[in-house]
Amino acid sequence: MTVFDLFRRRTSAPVARERLQVLLAYERKNRNQPDLVGVLRDEIMAVLARHVQIDPENVQVTMDRGDTMSTLEIDVQIPNVGTMQMAASF
Amino acid sequence: MGKVVVVTSGKGGVGKTTSTAALGAALAQTGKRVALIDFDVGLRNLDLIMGAERRVVFDLVNVTQGVAKLSQALIRDKRIDTLFLLPASQTRDKDALTEEGVDSVIKPLKEKFDYVLCDSPAGIERGAQLAMRFADVAVIVTNPEVSSVRDSDRIIGLLDSKTLRAERGETVTKHILITRYDVARAMRGEMLRIDDVLEILSTPLLGIIPESQAVLRASNLGSPVTLNEPTNAAARAYVEAARRLDGEELPMVLPTDKRGILDRLLGRRAA
Repeated sequence: MTVFDLFRRRTSAPVARERLQVLLAYERKNRNQPDLVGVLRDEIMAVLARHVQIDPENVQVTMDRGDTMSTLEIDVQIPNVGTMQMAASF
Repeated sequence: MGKVVVVTSGKGGVGKTTSTAALGAALAQTGKRVALIDFDVGLRNLDLIMGAERRVVFDLVNVTQGVAKLSQALIRDKRIDTLFLLPASQTRDKDALTEEGVDSVIKPLKEKFDYVLCDSPAGIERGAQLAMRFADVAVIVTNPEVSSVRDSDRIIGLLDSKTLRAERGETVTKHILITRYDVARAMRGEMLRIDDVLEILSTPLLGIIPESQAVLRASNLGSPVTLNEPTNAAARAYVEAARRLDGEELPMVLPTDKRGILDRLLGRRAA
């Protein structure tokens, strides 16, 4: 360790602390509750499946959890053949 | 009536078995009667760390199934005669252990021993839950590192909900034991600080075990580090942690505080 290190403040430990605090606050709150993202994904998929045929391989679900807001993105590829009418009504 | 202590962590490889052996030996050295139980069914290792791997005849599952008597399965330590080990079974049947079976082993042990130390398997499944089921006290082994702290938090959640004490509306006394602590890295800000870990987990500290070559040497030789190299910093930290577990109030000293300026100048390592 050098004297220089003592004054260097760009360290990784505070980042670790911040990330843990945010994550654990979330996990503790949701410990005994159903996984919201999982429930949303399943229900949205069920609604879509009622109207169009969906290949589960062509579904992308992404999620980004922020401090005050989270986003859930569901990207579904809907085949065109025979489903044009459905697509128009969306 | 003895105390049942679970040594647990969630995450694997953080030092549960090493800590069980070291704390158990340290307690037994003060004259306490101590029984160590390995709950890691299928992956037993406490026997190896204790240097008793060639003396295993019966195991925990044998006792719970009535194949062997408890007194036949307990292995007395060759170095300390108040220290005993009940090894885990090597069976691959995950359901070999039942709650009733574990209860039937812990009950008589509590009557004969001052401390029953339960070495939990990693994870949060059945094995880990059975290891903590009858605990009065929990030692949560944590490395100052994000994944270990997260898993400790989950284990604390289980201790507060899935133990017999929790279900009765009582609490399991919880302690954090920080292992593999590297003072130099912590000073450089590369490692989570102790007070950050304690604040995040809101659980009091039992001890800080410094990263040390002596721990590996002790494992190699099959001897708890507190017996193998009693003057080593890690061993001393375990001895102090054991005394705190036994109710003593000792000041918490960072493990390398004893490293003098001369050692630093000469580049000598603390451990």
